Amino acid sequence: MHRTKVRVATDVLDANATIARANRADFDRAGVRVVNLMSAPGAGKTALLERVLMNGLDGVRAGVLEGDVQGSFDADRLSALHVPVTQLNTDPGFGGECHLDANMVRSALGALTLEDIDLLVIENVGNLVCPAEFRVGEDARAMISSVTEGEDKPLKYPLMFRTCELVVINKIDLLPHLDFSLARFLENLDRVNPGVEHMLLSARTGEGVYAFAQWLADVARGEAQHA
Amino acid sequence: MHELSISRAILDTASGYADGRRVVLVSLTIGALRQVVPESLTFYFKIVSQGTLCEGARLAPRLVPARLRCACGEEWELQEPSFRCPRCAGRQVQVLDGEQLSVDSIEVEEAPCTAPR
Repeated sequence: MHRTKVRVATDVLDANATIARANRADFDRAGVRVVNLMSAPGAGKTALLERVLMNGLDGVRAGVLEGDVQGSFDADRLSALHVPVTQLNTDPGFGGECHLDANMVRSALGALTLEDIDLLVIENVGNLVCPAEFRVGEDARAMISSVTEGEDKPLKYPLMFRTCELVVINKIDLLPHLDFSLARFLENLDRVNPGVEHMLLSARTGEGVYAFAQWLADVARGEAQHA
Repeated sequence: MHELSISRAILDTASGYADGRRVVLVSLTIGALRQVVPESLTFYFKIVSQGTLCEGARLAPRLVPARLRCACGEEWELQEPSFRCPRCAGRQVQVLDGEQLSVDSIEVEEAPCTAPR
Protein backbone atom coordinates (compact mmCIF):
# COMPACT_ATOMS: atom_id res chain seq x y z
CA MET A 1 0.00 0.00 0.00
CA HIS A 2 1.49 3.36 -0.95
CA ARG A 3 0.65 6.88 -0.02
CA THR A 4 -0.49 9.61 -2.36
CA LYS A 5 -0.53 13.30 -1.71
CA VAL A 6 -3.76 15.02 -2.77
CA ARG A 7 -3.73 18.76 -3.28
CA VAL A 8 -6.67 20.40 -1.48
CA ALA A 9 -5.88 24.14 -1.09
CA THR A 10 -9.31 24.92 0.33
CA ASP A 11 -10.32 27.34 3.03
CA VAL A 12 -11.54 25.33 5.99
CA LEU A 13 -14.72 27.41 6.20
CA ASP A 14 -15.33 27.39 2.44
CA ALA A 15 -18.46 25.23 2.74
CA ASN A 16 -19.92 27.63 5.31
CA ALA A 17 -19.06 30.64 3.14
CA THR A 18 -20.85 29.10 0.15
CA ILE A 19 -24.03 28.53 2.14
CA ALA A 20 -23.76 32.01 3.67
CA ARG A 21 -23.68 33.48 0.15
CA ALA A 22 -26.79 31.46 -0.77
CA ASN A 23 -28.57 32.79 2.35
CA ARG A 24 -27.52 36.31 1.47
CA ALA A 25 -28.87 35.89 -2.07
CA ASP A 26 -32.22 34.69 -0.68
CA PHE A 27 -32.39 37.62 1.74
CA ASP A 28 -31.50 40.04 -1.06
CA ARG A 29 -34.23 38.61 -3.29
CA ALA A 30 -36.76 39.12 -0.48
CA GLY A 31 -35.47 42.66 0.07
CA VAL A 32 -34.51 41.84 3.65
CA ARG A 33 -31.36 43.20 5.31
CA VAL A 34 -29.78 41.06 7.99
CA VAL A 35 -27.87 41.88 11.17
CA ASN A 36 -25.89 39.24 13.03
CA LEU A 37 -25.98 40.23 16.71
CA MET A 38 -23.35 38.62 18.89
CA SER A 39 -22.06 38.83 22.46
CA ALA A 40 -21.06 36.81 25.50
CA PRO A 41 -23.94 35.17 27.40
CA GLY A 42 -25.75 37.72 29.52
CA ALA A 43 -24.40 40.85 27.81
CA GLY A 44 -27.95 41.93 27.03
CA LYS A 45 -28.75 40.94 23.43
CA THR A 46 -32.37 40.05 24.18
CA ALA A 47 -32.87 42.96 26.59
CA LEU A 48 -31.61 45.40 23.98
CA LEU A 49 -33.82 43.89 21.27
CA GLU A 50 -36.81 44.06 23.61
CA ARG A 51 -36.09 47.71 24.23
CA VAL A 52 -35.66 48.76 20.58
CA LEU A 53 -38.47 46.62 19.17
CA MET A 54 -40.89 47.88 21.82
CA ASN A 55 -40.41 51.44 20.56
CA GLY A 56 -40.36 50.50 16.89
CA LEU A 57 -37.67 51.10 14.30
CA ASP A 58 -38.87 54.18 12.50
CA GLY A 59 -41.26 52.27 10.25
CA VAL A 60 -38.88 49.39 9.56
CA ARG A 61 -40.57 46.01 9.95
CA ALA A 62 -38.24 43.79 11.95
CA GLY A 63 -38.14 40.06 12.61
CA VAL A 64 -35.87 38.08 14.89
CA LEU A 65 -34.17 34.72 14.50
CA GLU A 66 -33.26 33.48 17.96
CA GLY A 67 -30.29 31.19 18.20
CA ASP A 68 -29.97 29.25 21.43
CA VAL A 69 -28.46 25.98 22.51
CA GLN A 70 -31.71 25.05 24.23
CA GLY A 71 -35.11 26.42 25.07
CA SER A 72 -37.19 29.31 23.76
CA PHE A 73 -36.85 31.69 26.72
CA ASP A 74 -35.64 34.59 24.57
CA ALA A 75 -38.16 33.95 21.79
CA ASP A 76 -40.95 33.93 24.37
CA ARG A 77 -39.79 37.28 25.72
CA LEU A 78 -39.67 38.83 22.26
CA SER A 79 -42.92 37.39 20.94
CA ALA A 80 -44.77 39.54 23.47
CA LEU A 81 -43.70 42.49 21.31
CA HIS A 82 -45.70 41.25 18.30
CA VAL A 83 -42.75 40.91 15.98
CA PRO A 84 -42.19 37.67 14.07
CA VAL A 85 -39.75 35.55 16.08
CA THR A 86 -38.34 32.23 14.97
CA GLN A 87 -36.50 29.96 17.39
CA LEU A 88 -33.48 28.01 16.23
CA ASN A 89 -32.01 25.51 18.68
CA THR A 90 -28.55 24.13 18.09
CA ASP A 91 -28.97 21.28 20.54
CA PRO A 92 -29.21 18.31 18.12
CA GLY A 93 -25.50 18.82 17.36
CA PHE A 94 -22.52 17.72 19.40
CA GLY A 95 -24.03 18.50 22.79
CA GLY A 96 -25.41 21.73 21.33
CA GLU A 97 -23.47 24.00 19.01
CA CYS A 98 -22.04 27.12 20.62
CA HIS A 99 -22.75 29.28 17.56
CA LEU A 100 -24.99 29.55 14.52
CA ASP A 101 -23.51 28.61 11.18
CA ALA A 102 -24.81 29.32 7.69
CA ASN A 103 -26.43 25.92 7.34
CA MET A 104 -28.42 26.25 10.57
CA VAL A 105 -29.73 29.62 9.42
CA ARG A 106 -30.52 28.09 6.03
CA SER A 107 -32.57 25.39 7.75
CA ALA A 108 -34.68 28.11 9.37
CA LEU A 109 -35.34 30.06 6.15
CA GLY A 110 -38.62 28.24 5.52
CA ALA A 111 -39.96 29.28 8.91
CA LEU A 112 -39.10 32.96 8.41
CA THR A 113 -41.79 35.14 6.90
CA LEU A 114 -39.37 37.22 4.86
CA GLU A 115 -42.16 38.89 2.88
CA ASP A 116 -43.43 40.53 6.09
CA ILE A 117 -40.15 42.09 7.20
CA ASP A 118 -37.47 44.55 6.05
CA LEU A 119 -34.89 43.63 8.64
CA LEU A 120 -33.94 40.33 10.21
CA VAL A 121 -31.91 40.41 13.40
CA ILE A 122 -30.18 37.11 14.06
CA GLU A 123 -29.49 36.81 17.76
CA ASN A 124 -26.54 34.47 17.82
CA VAL A 125 -25.71 32.02 20.61
CA GLY A 126 -24.00 33.82 23.50
CA ASN A 127 -20.29 33.27 22.89
CA LEU A 128 -17.34 35.55 22.09
CA VAL A 129 -15.36 32.99 20.15
CA CYS A 130 -17.08 30.72 17.62
CA PRO A 131 -19.75 33.06 16.20
CA ALA A 132 -16.93 35.32 14.94
CA GLU A 133 -15.79 32.55 12.58
CA PHE A 134 -19.07 31.72 10.92
CA ARG A 135 -20.80 34.14 8.58
CA VAL A 136 -24.45 33.31 8.12
CA GLY A 137 -25.43 35.60 5.22
CA GLU A 138 -25.66 38.87 7.15
CA ASP A 139 -25.25 42.41 5.81
CA ALA A 140 -23.75 43.74 9.02
CA ARG A 141 -22.33 42.40 12.26
CA ALA A 142 -22.85 44.00 15.63
CA MET A 143 -21.64 42.88 19.01
CA ILE A 144 -22.49 43.87 22.55
CA SER A 145 -19.89 44.11 25.28
CA SER A 146 -21.29 44.96 28.68
CA VAL A 147 -19.32 46.92 31.24
CA THR A 148 -19.60 44.08 33.75
CA GLU A 149 -17.38 41.98 31.50
CA GLY A 150 -14.31 44.11 32.11
CA GLU A 151 -12.22 46.39 29.95
CA ASP A 152 -9.76 43.74 28.77
CA LYS A 153 -12.21 41.88 26.54
CA PRO A 154 -11.17 43.42 23.19
CA LEU A 155 -7.62 42.21 23.82
CA LYS A 156 -8.78 38.73 24.82
CA TYR A 157 -11.22 38.24 21.95
CA PRO A 158 -9.74 40.28 19.09
CA LEU A 159 -11.31 38.03 16.46
CA MET A 160 -14.81 38.96 17.64
CA PHE A 161 -14.07 42.65 18.15
CA ARG A 162 -12.41 42.89 14.73
CA THR A 163 -15.19 41.20 12.81
CA CYS A 164 -17.93 43.69 13.75
CA GLU A 165 -19.06 46.92 12.12
CA LEU A 166 -20.54 48.10 15.42
CA VAL A 167 -19.59 47.58 19.05
CA VAL A 168 -22.35 48.34 21.57
CA ILE A 169 -21.26 48.97 25.14
CA ASN A 170 -24.19 48.00 27.36
CA LYS A 171 -25.13 48.35 31.04
CA ILE A 172 -23.61 51.83 31.38
CA ASP A 173 -26.12 52.49 34.19
CA LEU A 174 -23.89 50.23 36.30
CA LEU A 175 -20.72 52.28 35.75
CA PRO A 176 -20.93 54.08 39.13
CA HIS A 177 -20.88 50.71 40.90
CA LEU A 178 -17.97 49.14 39.01
CA ASP A 179 -14.22 49.57 38.70
CA PHE A 180 -14.64 49.43 34.93
CA SER A 181 -12.62 52.13 33.19
CA LEU A 182 -14.47 53.17 30.06
CA ALA A 183 -11.40 55.04 28.82
CA ARG A 184 -9.27 51.91 29.07
CA PHE A 185 -11.92 49.81 27.34
CA LEU A 186 -12.12 52.27 24.45
CA GLU A 187 -8.32 52.34 24.26
CA ASN A 188 -8.25 48.54 24.05
CA LEU A 189 -11.02 48.55 21.45
CA ASP A 190 -9.08 51.10 19.41
CA ARG A 191 -5.97 48.91 19.48
CA VAL A 192 -7.86 45.88 18.18
CA ASN A 193 -10.24 47.55 15.72
CA PRO A 194 -9.10 51.14 15.21
CA GLY A 195 -11.93 53.50 14.35
CA VAL A 196 -14.76 50.96 14.68
CA GLU A 197 -18.14 52.54 15.35
CA HIS A 198 -19.26 52.17 18.94
CA MET A 199 -22.12 53.38 21.11
CA LEU A 200 -22.79 53.52 24.84
CA LEU A 201 -26.19 52.54 26.15
CA SER A 202 -28.24 50.87 28.82
CA ALA A 203 -30.90 48.43 27.67
CA ARG A 204 -32.29 48.56 31.22
CA THR A 205 -32.84 52.31 31.51
CA GLY A 206 -33.15 52.98 27.79
CA GLU A 207 -30.35 55.55 27.82
CA GLY A 208 -28.64 55.72 24.41
CA VAL A 209 -30.84 52.99 22.96
CA TYR A 210 -32.21 55.28 20.27
CA ALA A 211 -28.83 55.35 18.53
CA PHE A 212 -28.91 51.57 18.21
CA ALA A 213 -32.47 51.64 16.85
CA GLN A 214 -31.28 54.22 14.33
CA TRP A 215 -28.33 52.06 13.35
CA LEU A 216 -30.64 49.09 12.75
CA ALA A 217 -32.98 51.26 10.69
CA ASP A 218 -29.97 52.46 8.64
CA VAL A 219 -28.93 48.88 7.95
CA ALA A 220 -32.51 48.07 6.91
CA ARG A 221 -32.40 50.95 4.44
CA GLY A 222 -29.02 49.86 3.18
CA GLU A 223 -27.30 52.94 4.58
CA ALA A 224 -24.98 51.34 7.13
CA GLN A 225 -21.56 49.99 6.31
CA HIS A 226 -21.68 46.53 4.82
CA ALA A 227 -20.04 43.36 6.03
CA MET B 1 -13.14 26.58 22.00
CA HIS B 2 -13.84 27.20 18.31
CA GLU B 3 -11.35 24.41 17.65
CA LEU B 4 -14.20 21.90 17.84
CA SER B 5 -16.16 23.53 15.03
CA ILE B 6 -12.99 24.08 13.04
CA SER B 7 -11.89 20.47 13.47
CA ARG B 8 -15.26 19.38 12.05
CA ALA B 9 -14.83 21.69 9.07
CA ILE B 10 -11.34 20.24 8.51
CA LEU B 11 -12.77 16.73 8.69
CA ASP B 12 -15.44 17.56 6.11
CA THR B 13 -12.93 19.19 3.78
CA ALA B 14 -10.39 16.36 4.04
CA SER B 15 -13.04 13.64 3.68
CA GLY B 16 -14.40 15.34 0.58
CA TYR B 17 -11.02 15.02 -1.15
CA ALA B 18 -10.26 11.52 0.18
CA ASP B 19 -12.51 9.86 -2.39
CA GLY B 20 -13.03 6.76 -0.28
CA ARG B 21 -9.37 6.34 0.65
CA ARG B 22 -8.03 6.33 4.18
CA VAL B 23 -6.45 9.66 5.15
CA VAL B 24 -3.16 9.48 7.05
CA LEU B 25 -2.04 13.12 7.05
CA VAL B 26 -3.82 16.47 6.81
CA SER B 27 -1.58 19.46 6.09
CA LEU B 28 -2.99 22.80 7.24
CA THR B 29 -2.05 26.45 7.17
CA ILE B 30 -3.15 28.41 10.22
CA GLY B 31 -2.68 32.16 10.41
CA ALA B 32 -1.91 33.69 13.81
CA LEU B 33 -4.96 35.97 13.57
CA ARG B 34 -7.30 32.98 13.64
CA GLN B 35 -6.38 32.30 17.26
CA VAL B 36 -6.43 28.56 16.80
CA VAL B 37 -4.68 26.47 19.43
CA PRO B 38 -3.04 23.60 17.51
CA GLU B 39 -3.00 21.18 20.49
CA SER B 40 -6.69 21.77 21.03
CA LEU B 41 -7.40 21.25 17.34
CA THR B 42 -5.52 17.94 17.38
CA PHE B 43 -7.48 16.82 20.42
CA TYR B 44 -10.87 17.59 18.88
CA PHE B 45 -9.91 16.22 15.48
CA LYS B 46 -9.13 12.87 17.11
CA ILE B 47 -12.65 12.81 18.55
CA VAL B 48 -14.64 13.99 15.52
CA SER B 49 -12.70 11.76 13.09
CA GLN B 50 -13.57 8.54 14.90
CA GLY B 51 -15.27 6.10 12.56
CA THR B 52 -14.45 8.19 9.48
CA LEU B 53 -11.86 7.98 6.71
CA CYS B 54 -9.73 10.37 8.76
CA GLU B 55 -9.59 8.25 11.89
CA GLY B 56 -5.96 8.12 13.02
CA ALA B 57 -4.88 10.81 10.56
CA ARG B 58 -2.23 13.22 11.78
CA LEU B 59 -2.75 16.97 11.57
CA ALA B 60 0.29 18.88 10.33
CA PRO B 61 -0.34 22.58 10.86
CA ARG B 62 1.94 25.23 9.37
CA LEU B 63 1.67 28.31 11.57
CA VAL B 64 1.92 31.67 9.83
CA PRO B 65 2.68 34.83 11.82
CA ALA B 66 0.54 37.91 11.29
CA ARG B 67 2.15 40.59 9.12
CA LEU B 68 0.69 44.06 8.75
CA ARG B 69 1.43 47.08 6.56
CA CYS B 70 0.45 50.66 7.22
CA ALA B 71 -0.36 53.23 4.54
CA CYS B 72 2.80 55.06 5.69
CA GLY B 73 4.87 52.13 4.46
CA GLU B 74 5.70 50.58 7.83
CA GLU B 75 5.58 46.77 7.86
CA TRP B 76 5.66 44.68 11.00
CA GLU B 77 4.92 41.33 12.54
CA LEU B 78 2.08 41.44 15.03
CA GLN B 79 3.11 40.23 18.49
CA GLU B 80 0.07 41.37 20.45
CA PRO B 81 -3.39 42.41 19.27
CA SER B 82 -2.63 46.02 18.38
CA PHE B 83 -3.70 47.05 14.90
CA ARG B 84 -2.51 50.64 14.88
CA CYS B 85 0.74 51.45 13.15
CA PRO B 86 3.62 51.47 15.67
CA ARG B 87 5.34 54.22 13.67
CA CYS B 88 2.61 56.75 12.81
CA ALA B 89 -0.31 55.43 14.95
CA GLY B 90 -2.44 55.39 11.78
CA ARG B 91 -5.27 52.96 11.23
CA GLN B 92 -5.02 52.51 7.47
CA VAL B 93 -3.51 49.13 8.19
CA GLN B 94 -3.66 46.20 5.85
CA VAL B 95 -3.26 42.57 6.91
CA LEU B 96 -0.63 41.03 4.63
CA ASP B 97 -0.53 37.62 6.20
CA GLY B 98 -1.90 35.59 9.09
CA GLU B 99 -5.59 35.23 8.28
CA GLN B 100 -5.35 31.84 6.58
CA LEU B 101 -7.17 28.76 7.76
CA SER B 102 -6.91 26.18 5.03
CA VAL B 103 -6.39 22.54 4.26
CA ASP B 104 -3.42 22.50 1.87
CA SER B 105 -3.17 18.81 1.11
CA ILE B 106 -3.93 15.37 2.43
CA GLU B 107 -2.03 12.11 2.21
CA VAL B 108 -4.14 9.05 1.49
CA GLU B 109 -3.47 5.33 1.37
CA GLU B 110 -4.01 3.95 -2.10
CA ALA B 111 -6.13 0.96 -1.18
CA PRO B 112 -9.91 0.99 -1.14
CA CYS B 113 -11.23 1.33 2.35
CA THR B 114 -14.58 0.28 3.73
CA ALA B 115 -14.79 2.71 6.61
CA PRO B 116 -17.90 4.86 6.55
CA ARG B 117 -17.40 8.30 5.04
